[in-house]
Amino acid sequence: MGKAMLEVRELTTKYITRFHEDVYAVDHVSFTVEEGKSIGIAGESGCGKSTLALSLMGYYFPPLHYTSGDIIIDGKNISGMNPDDVRVKILGTEIAYIPQAAMNALNPTRKILKFIEDVILAHDPKQSKNDIRDLARKRFEVLNLPADVLNRHPVELSGGMKQRTVIAISTILSPKVLIADEPSSALDVTSQKLVIKMIRDMMDMGFIKSMIFITHELPLLYNVTDSILVMYAGQLVESGLAKQMIFDPVHPYSKGLMDSIIVPEEGTRDVKLTAIPGTPPNLKNPPSGCRFADRCKYAQKLCKSFEVSMRKFGEVSPEGDTSERNRAYRCLIPVHELKESYDKEREGGLSS
Amino acid sequence: MSEQAPTALASDLRQDATGIPVLSGKGVTKVFESGGKKNVAVDHVDFEFRQGELVSIVGESGSGKTTLVKMLLGLTAISEGDIYYMGTKRDISTRGKKKEYWKGIQAIFQDPFSSYNIFHKIDAVLLDCLNMRGLGKLPKEKKLELITEACSFVNLKYAELTNKYPFELSGGQQQRLMIARIFLLKPRILLADEPTSMIDACSRATILDMLLNLRNETGMMIIFVTHDIGLAYYISDAIYIMERGKFVEHGKADQVILTPTADYTKRLVNDVPKIHQPWDFSVNFGK
Repeated sequence: MGKAMLEVRELTTKYITRFHEDVYAVDHVSFTVEEGKSIGIAGESGCGKSTLALSLMGYYFPPLHYTSGDIIIDGKNISGMNPDDVRVKILGTEIAYIPQAAMNALNPTRKILKFIEDVILAHDPKQSKNDIRDLARKRFEVLNLPADVLNRHPVELSGGMKQRTVIAISTILSPKVLIADEPSSALDVTSQKLVIKMIRDMMDMGFIKSMIFITHELPLLYNVTDSILVMYAGQLVESGLAKQMIFDPVHPYSKGLMDSIIVPEEGTRDVKLTAIPGTPPNLKNPPSGCRFADRCKYAQKLCKSFEVSMRKFGEVSPEGDTSERNRAYRCLIPVHELKESYDKEREGGLSS
Repeated sequence: MSEQAPTALASDLRQDATGIPVLSGKGVTKVFESGGKKNVAVDHVDFEFRQGELVSIVGESGSGKTTLVKMLLGLTAISEGDIYYMGTKRDISTRGKKKEYWKGIQAIFQDPFSSYNIFHKIDAVLLDCLNMRGLGKLPKEKKLELITEACSFVNLKYAELTNKYPFELSGGQQQRLMIARIFLLKPRILLADEPTSMIDACSRATILDMLLNLRNETGMMIIFVTHDIGLAYYISDAIYIMERGKFVEHGKADQVILTPTADYTKRLVNDVPKIHQPWDFSVNFGK
């Protein structure tokens, strides 16, 4: 097992609405990202993916409030830190964050090099501008970005180029964790591929030590990250390696998500798309018991009264790879029973 | 409207298509001019859409999809070329004729939140459809019955919608209400411009399912405009690939996606992340 870069333990954060109601958007979330690994977070809109990202980087500005739990980055606990301290001490060096419309964050009146100077000088005011220029040139060169971009204004760049530039700027200090929140969903497929290629290169070259990638696009997640967490109504419902999660989901909600994947590949047209009925619960007063029970076709009577926590399952592979064992899910029904029902359905679907 | 014999339009593919052409175009072009600069958004495109078909128009942002949609709907003037509706040249020169045309062609847009008049209740939205179809004189009970049927078709309950405003519904519900409108109007052609891009993957399946049911129920022709090539492959019979205002490739869905011939189509299919084949990063585009 590699060194843990980011460890999250029972993190809970809430929004306080203007009517003074508490909405727990991240509810007892725990996971670990090891050095050199990437983890993906999937789920419907409104399930808490982006709130989790903001919580991880300590962005606690009202209405978002920290409640409990630990965020440990490379052995250093940053939970409960003042957001202004976080900005000085954590952002850039420990954590870098890329939102979906990151490209709109560039001030159109300044040149790209200026932004890089800003980032570096904020952390080390003594750096000389020549050193910064050299560093930026070198970094841009290895990432296949043209060096003359540094002397251009943001409006001169295309959307995909801007997004790649922003990623290069925000990771210039080689952060330990990169949090990418839908970094490519506003781009067309070709630019998306270039962005992903660049992020993968950065991981390989060690400019970022670990990554959290948030998107609702599952085929993308499968191609980018090592493992996947599925979130539902503020809680994790299943975690496992990307391959296991896409082809062999266990939790009924993950199963529903994976069944809605559409890719331009042979065989796609023969499968009937199934949708998960209903809508996610209102988190102002979440239902008792399993939060997915109302929409789950396998739900039993007990599901609505017992709250289940994440349970581990899976076995060690013959090569001694323990990662196979690190699967967990949040459901009352045993794994083999769920899988049997899925198999039955698949057969039924084929014969009809 | 009398159904006329199909005109002899060049069509090298789809010999096995049985339906008559409902909408076709020859040399359709749109040029935007500003300050002496000419910008060709849609460049001499030919197409032929047949009854009962589900056709996708796929292209990246800026390829001219939406301009073409606007021309098909008659919302933007055509710079050059002709559009034929039911075999005859389309005439929408007066407001009356335009309204008549819109009885046959309707649209669902990308953003359900800005598709409704916020001052009108849902009841008004649905009653409007009946009026447009010339059913305004029906007794009230009959109208309610039709509306309730339309709502249940898209899994909405009319009893829960009545006296509400569209903005009180979620995005997915609003988009379903849009489909209920189409169900009431029963147009010959439905233009769906990225109807699922603002909705997450789970509700997407519901919307697609409803569109397919709608087609089976009413035999309408659906033109599906999207940038998502996987989605287009899943849903359509035929696909047109659009690049910089031109159709670079068209044909049956299987043929276009699984054995593309145009470089642009190859690139599009290659660039989409897949789950059974590895994502190919080797190709370098000097962009």
